[in-house]
Amino acid sequence: MSYVQSIPPHDIEAHLAQHDHKSILRFFTCGSVDDGKSTLIGRLLYDAKLIFEDQLANLGRVGSPGAANGKEIDLALLLDGLEAEREQGITIDVAYRYITTSKRKFIVADTPGHEEYTRNMVTGASTADLAIILIDSRQGILQQTRRHSYIASLLGIRHVVLAVNKIDLVGFQQQVYEEIVADYMVFAKELGFASIRPIPISARDGDNVISASANTPWYRGAALLEYLEAVELDPMDQAKPFRFPVQMVMRPNADFRGYAGQIASGRISVGDPVVVAKSGQRTSVKAIVNYDGELATAGEGEAVTLVLADEVDASRGNMLVAPGARPFVADQFQAHVIWFDSSPMLPGRSYILRTETDSVSAMVTALKHQVNINSCIREAAKSLQMNEVGVCNISTQAPIAFDAYTDNRATGNFIIVDRVTNATVGAGLIDFPLRRADNVHWHALEVNKSARSALKNQLPAVLWFTGLSGSGKSTIANELDRILHAQGKHAYLLDGDNVRHGLNRDLGFTEEDRVENIRRVAEVAKLMADAGLIVLVSFISPFRDERRMARELMDEGEFIEIFVDTPLDECARRDPKGLYEKALAGRIANFTGVSSPYEAPENPELHIRTVGQEPSDLALAIEEFLERRMESK
Amino acid sequence: MTLIHLRRLEAEAIHVIREVVATFSNPVVLYSIGKDSSVLLHLAMKAFYPAKPPFPFLHVDTKWKFREMIEFRDRMPRELGFDLLVHVNQDGVDQGMGPFTHGSNVHTHVMKTMGLRQALEKYGFTAALAGARRDEEKSRAKERIFSIRSLQHGWDPTRQRPEMWKTYNTRVGQGETMRIFPLSNWTEFDIWQYILREEIPIVSLYFAARRPVVKRDGMLIMVDDERMPIQPDEKVLEQQVRFRTLGCYPLTGAVESEAATVPDILREMLTVRTSERQSRLIDTDEVGAMEKKKREGYF
Repeated sequence: MSYVQSIPPHDIEAHLAQHDHKSILRFFTCGSVDDGKSTLIGRLLYDAKLIFEDQLANLGRVGSPGAANGKEIDLALLLDGLEAEREQGITIDVAYRYITTSKRKFIVADTPGHEEYTRNMVTGASTADLAIILIDSRQGILQQTRRHSYIASLLGIRHVVLAVNKIDLVGFQQQVYEEIVADYMVFAKELGFASIRPIPISARDGDNVISASANTPWYRGAALLEYLEAVELDPMDQAKPFRFPVQMVMRPNADFRGYAGQIASGRISVGDPVVVAKSGQRTSVKAIVNYDGELATAGEGEAVTLVLADEVDASRGNMLVAPGARPFVADQFQAHVIWFDSSPMLPGRSYILRTETDSVSAMVTALKHQVNINSCIREAAKSLQMNEVGVCNISTQAPIAFDAYTDNRATGNFIIVDRVTNATVGAGLIDFPLRRADNVHWHALEVNKSARSALKNQLPAVLWFTGLSGSGKSTIANELDRILHAQGKHAYLLDGDNVRHGLNRDLGFTEEDRVENIRRVAEVAKLMADAGLIVLVSFISPFRDERRMARELMDEGEFIEIFVDTPLDECARRDPKGLYEKALAGRIANFTGVSSPYEAPENPELHIRTVGQEPSDLALAIEEFLERRMESK
Repeated sequence: MTLIHLRRLEAEAIHVIREVVATFSNPVVLYSIGKDSSVLLHLAMKAFYPAKPPFPFLHVDTKWKFREMIEFRDRMPRELGFDLLVHVNQDGVDQGMGPFTHGSNVHTHVMKTMGLRQALEKYGFTAALAGARRDEEKSRAKERIFSIRSLQHGWDPTRQRPEMWKTYNTRVGQGETMRIFPLSNWTEFDIWQYILREEIPIVSLYFAARRPVVKRDGMLIMVDDERMPIQPDEKVLEQQVRFRTLGCYPLTGAVESEAATVPDILREMLTVRTSERQSRLIDTDEVGAMEKKKREGYF
């Protein structure tokens, strides 16, 4: 990035000191698609001479069907840095730009307008101080204008610039401008912004972007950049109570134990008392350590290491706080949740909740209502779909320390992470803790099969291996068990011989006993599947009826019949336990395939022919089947 | 009293570096010997004080770096006390890979991108910190601070995770890795200002001196060793030049400059009208070059 000054100052040190003390304003642009957000930032950069020559020249290089407006430079292309964006002529992901003028520094987030990229708009807005909301003068206030305004206010944005863009395309008419401004003011009254500054602009031509335009004599306010350079920022969070989320404990040697983190709010000095938020233990700060030496005091935003006067229990996820103004510590609270994922948020499902340094299992116990973003009206809902906002009661497996988001953006936020995909599926803004009396305790909640298996990142299944004695069922099942275990899956193998040594040792080999044998093992498998496990059952199970009975015990799609198909003479040849020899000699009664029938499955989920195959390859094939099943869910 | 600009950037970077150590089992810092890497190294030393950084630094050597860079690389670990690993893609060396014989694209892919992937797999690193900044290039401007990579090390810009506040999602699936850019919000000017304030040692190629250069394709290429072929119509000239960025010497253009100290460089930056990456051939060897390289696993 370059700088506006054209003549280098003689005293570079003095210049740098002044440069370093400029305040930073973080802002983002939002509004509907094609309102001109990227063009506006491109215009700001261009007019403020903040674009390098080679970057301008490069605009000629990037071919874009959207840029076909004659010789004009398409300023949006300065920002739309991804191929897909240039192809589609829209912004997909947030771009960050850094602008320094003689008065101030700016971090600009150019955020997408498309509803489906709300998550990227939220990314840009979460750290901003101010929002520029663009409106196309020809269109007026659209759904996306309302939606972005609402989300900006939800995320704690206090100041708004209402940029009424493309004013040239309505002939610079004051009336059009004033109608739009009036409409917006009515709508935004509910949103509680501290200030709303309307400015009529043309991002394409630069009217009122960095200086006043002769085309709008009726507008006497500041141009956009002048306003951004002058707008009063809210004071930093130094006046708020001290909050120090513990990031990690530093113990380089036996003599040193320090708590590292970034001060979220307030100030701390050596000798000040602090409390460990979760335990309430009290101590004081013995030293504030950093690389450049020990500090006497440190404030909001500084990354330091605190040494405490006493040994306390405070690990990552805990917070050191001011004794007189403590945060909440609770495992139940109400929060506003913005949902990003294409699979909906479901009450009762287990997610991972992540605060700045803490991470716990959490579930939504009640979705109280959804907020209709267009009307700000509460509506009943059973789930939250992508890009919807809802008010939820949330229960965490262990208490977390937090403030209300409206009191403290740093300690009042969280993200929701999907256990299986690890995607960030939602963002949360905590409202308040729930009183115990109103609570449903975590342990009292229904923990069901899907909750249990989601915790294990797997789908429960009963893999039923059937086939003749010696066909290879147990060998393949053992191989598969090893593979699943290595992948971190929770599986268990029920083997016919082993079960007969314990649970079924009272059973013989008569037809009745064989049926009871299968019934019992099927019930055990059902319990295990209910616990979320992948159950491998290796039983000859010769009769169709019993296998059907087992299938019907399980949930739809959970029973996977695997026919381990090995011809009888091959089994007899292998004869791993010497049973065929005895049976053929007439010394074992009711031996399947010899003196008792085997009813082969008609429609098994998997039909495995073992002759000429390695058991490990067959096990892998079954594992792949499970993987596909998981993916298709 | 408000926290001044550089202190704020420093604190943000230290917070990110600590977050990586707190949440990943086997992190590494990609050390490219350039000015951004030097700043990152300095921040890592600060982040864990009084301890040393609890992770190694890795240099993926393409065998075509400036000689001065390699001398500097071999000296710094001794002086500052950190672990440095050096990885070379031996397959590429065996094939005689080089920018003159194979072109910038193939050379960069084999020696840098593939070399990096090999090294990450060899040591089983789960997270790699690097000094890339958003102001360098416009596809970088789109990248998150915590940026997830697939099993094949690819970057999928359309599937980036939302990244709100300082609440980072540090979870990865089996085989996936994370790339982390603590200097995301720094500008080139911030980097130089910080180098000045903290007196961070950097390679002397950043300072103007008389060096042998050849003008080629509009760039000034330094003749750093005998491997550089000189065309009949080319002349090697001694010129007062310096480098704004450092990479493989045949792919990195010098700029004419008198700036011999860090304050000189800062003064020069106040008037300069071209971006630092103008001198990097690999950014422009095809349209959307940087995004493509990043998708394949380049930084």
